[in-house]
Amino acid sequence: MSSNITKTDLVDRIAEKSGLSKKDSKASLDALMEVIPEVLAEEAKKPADERNKIQLTGFGSFEVRDRSARKGRNPQTGEEMEIPAKKVPAFKAGKTFKETVDE
Amino acid sequence: MANNITKSDLVDQIANKTDVTKKDTKEVVDSMLEVITENLATEATKPSEERAKVQLIGFGSFEVRDRSARTGRNPQTGEEIEIPARTVPAFKAGKSLKEQVNVK
Repeated sequence: MSSNITKTDLVDRIAEKSGLSKKDSKASLDALMEVIPEVLAEEAKKPADERNKIQLTGFGSFEVRDRSARKGRNPQTGEEMEIPAKKVPAFKAGKTFKETVDE
Repeated sequence: MANNITKSDLVDQIANKTDVTKKDTKEVVDSMLEVITENLATEATKPSEERAKVQLIGFGSFEVRDRSARTGRNPQTGEEIEIPARTVPAFKAGKSLKEQVNVK
């Protein structure tokens, strides 16, 4: 298993690239990780056709999608159960992101 | 059509939560998007079982996935075309993000 890149690693790299302090880089990244869920939670309250996406051009967009209720099965007991409808966060990669990764 | 939320809207909201200026916040967000992209591009060159994810606990993780080659069809002409294998970026939402979005 490879070691994943953590938030701390990311903060170090962001600070290097931006020339800003690690402290400010971490504060902004933490705030971004709060703002995106808060914005999506607000959008999730709206009817699907009125929802906004968070669109980061080139990188991608974050949005809320609806999942219908469906029948599932408890894998332990085999028992059928109703899985209720829910709203889920989704990410769609942008053109530049896709192209850079597929090289 | 709804009004999408742009990077500059996001930067404003992030800056409101911190003592960091909007200018510096924009630098951080731009750098973050570049770093994640560069990271996944590097991971994409490795065999899939050796790839690392960018893991932001609670928020989610960014990773690279393989798509096999497949036969598709040109929707205009109906002509069959071979779509080559490729690697694509993917995001998997974390527990806390999922819970916050699933409002009643």
